[in-house]
Amino acid sequence: MRSRVLRAISAAGIAALLASASQAADRIKIGFISTLSGPNAAIGVDIRDGFQLAVKLAGGKLGALPAEVLVGDDQFKPDVGRQLAEKNVKLDKVNFLTGMVFSNIMLASVPVAFESKIIYVSPNAAPSPFAGKQCNQYLFVASWPNDAYHEAAGQHATNRGYKNTYLIAPNYQAGKDSLTGFKRFYKGNVVAEVYTQLGQLDYSAELAQVRAARPDALYIFLPGGMGINFIKQFVAAGLSSDVPLIVPGFGSDQDIIRPVGDAMLGLFDTAHWASDFDNPASKKFVAAFEKEYKRIPTVFAAQGYDAALLIDAAVRDVKGKVEDVEAVRKAMKAARFESVRGAFKFNKNQMPIQNYYLRVVAKDGQGRIVNKTIGTIFKDHGDAYVQDCEMK
Amino acid sequence: MSWILILEQSLNGLQFGLMLFLLAAGLTLVFGIMDMINLAHGSLYMLGAFLASMFVQLTGSFVAGVLLAIPATALLGMILEVSVLRTLYARDHLSQVLATFALILIINELVRLAWGSDAALPMPAALSGPVELLPGLRYPSYRLVIIGVGFAVAALLYFLVAKTKVGMLVRAGASNREMALAMGVNIKALFTAVFGVGAALCALAGAMLAPLLAVQVGMGENILILAFVVIVIGGIGSIRGALVGALLVGVVDTIGRAFLPIALGAFFQPRVASAAGPALASVMIYLIMAIVLYFRPQGLFPARG
Repeated sequence: MRSRVLRAISAAGIAALLASASQAADRIKIGFISTLSGPNAAIGVDIRDGFQLAVKLAGGKLGALPAEVLVGDDQFKPDVGRQLAEKNVKLDKVNFLTGMVFSNIMLASVPVAFESKIIYVSPNAAPSPFAGKQCNQYLFVASWPNDAYHEAAGQHATNRGYKNTYLIAPNYQAGKDSLTGFKRFYKGNVVAEVYTQLGQLDYSAELAQVRAARPDALYIFLPGGMGINFIKQFVAAGLSSDVPLIVPGFGSDQDIIRPVGDAMLGLFDTAHWASDFDNPASKKFVAAFEKEYKRIPTVFAAQGYDAALLIDAAVRDVKGKVEDVEAVRKAMKAARFESVRGAFKFNKNQMPIQNYYLRVVAKDGQGRIVNKTIGTIFKDHGDAYVQDCEMK
Repeated sequence: MSWILILEQSLNGLQFGLMLFLLAAGLTLVFGIMDMINLAHGSLYMLGAFLASMFVQLTGSFVAGVLLAIPATALLGMILEVSVLRTLYARDHLSQVLATFALILIINELVRLAWGSDAALPMPAALSGPVELLPGLRYPSYRLVIIGVGFAVAALLYFLVAKTKVGMLVRAGASNREMALAMGVNIKALFTAVFGVGAALCALAGAMLAPLLAVQVGMGENILILAFVVIVIGGIGSIRGALVGALLVGVVDTIGRAFLPIALGAFFQPRVASAAGPALASVMIYLIMAIVLYFRPQGLFPARG
């Protein structure tokens, strides 16, 4: 009898606690986990800097609430990423999680957030399982679905009428996915599909094979340091004058241009944004980023910035009541903010439906090497997996 | 598949093999003469690349930068030998492996503190294009320079080891250390000198490969594994073995990566071939090592009598 009374009292207490929790919070906490050391650090640093810039421009606030961003380095290791996610979710009690660069680290870490009903806003990775069968209501992608850049590149190769294309990617899941995306929209003949070791730095053998095969075009998915080396060696081998090279947008962005230099000029790539975009949000972002960090922002930096703006808009729309996750989700799905890419909307799987553009590496008015937008490849493009997503 | 392609891939293999030789030469001497397993050998390769990057930026000249990095790395190597490694000679191999593994971690972090996690070392502009060797065969000129430097150093080392008095002492030490000691060879000074030469060769390899690969923390670890394969194939303590082993590994690795997927394609479906090709190519060199060890457990050119 007494225990029942006690239980009733404690239940009332819990109810009271819950009630007080749905009041507007006085600040919000963001767990930011990214790859900030090692050869692939440049990407994570750009996402972090873009994210922090948005917070700074809003006066240290997100959605009019003082924002605390807890930055953690996953060291390019899935287990470290997961530990950080657990610490952020269970110990720091963050309201949102974001930041991760690589799909493999994200796949290992985000379930921690999902289990605790914490929204993960992806500033980069959007692996295909999360677009289809395993789509999750607590995942919002502020960048683009993993296959999208490659699909646009395949469409570009088709548009150019390349009859024979040679494909190279690292021998791991994302590498295979990328070439699948390319082939989905490429109508010509695939001469060869070569998978190199993940992390390989010397491509002399592969380049000799390309030269012998004489393809009309060469498509590579080699992120980070692998791409830097491949392009340098491609140029040194004299292949750049014979074989047109196509890369996904991040394969020829500022983090690659800086070490490679003039050899990048004339390269075509595909992306959802470029630093020359002529809209007020993008102009404001590029000017502020260059002023703050003294370098031109990459697509990664733009994605980090957009991820922060997305959180900002959702928190503002729910008037700071971040504990009401359902309301936050609804607000986030509306995406009421000025994205640097221009207008976009979320698909059923909460990944963007947006335009993809053709860019070329060229010099700007100040003689700096940048990506210039020269055309639109896809308008309002989603992904190939959304029909498998059963989320409402 | 044309003969030009085969020629080009052979040049690629040669270039890779000669750079491996620079690393393996120092490693095999240290292992052979001092009976010391030095895992930190790869760290000297990394130090050489970072120092070269720094000196190239300071002097504005690629050649001057590389030439400064070599003695600087040799000096650091000798300091390392005198201060730390010397105390390990009497210990067993396990202690040496543990201690030098710790050195890898320490040097990695020190480099990170000093220069950051990576550095730039651009290819000299004059060498960044291809040259036409034969009609239809254009080859990167920088890789040709690497081949030239590799052969020159191999010849120089051969002369040093085979024709000079110091070389005689080195050979004596490698073939029977106790006897050399008993004959009054100043083994301490010899060890330090050999270590310095090994470090210098590391620096040369690191600096020459840096414009092709990348100057980054941890760059020495992967290539060190290959260097060990080379000295096991060639025979520990033998410079000649290191040269033959390095060329074998370089050519087999390149040819495997280039032609194995094609060869497999003749027998299997393309999907299977493209999946199995890279996997098989990456184990080819270990297969070679296993075969050599089966028939000649001492390696191809054993130094010890």
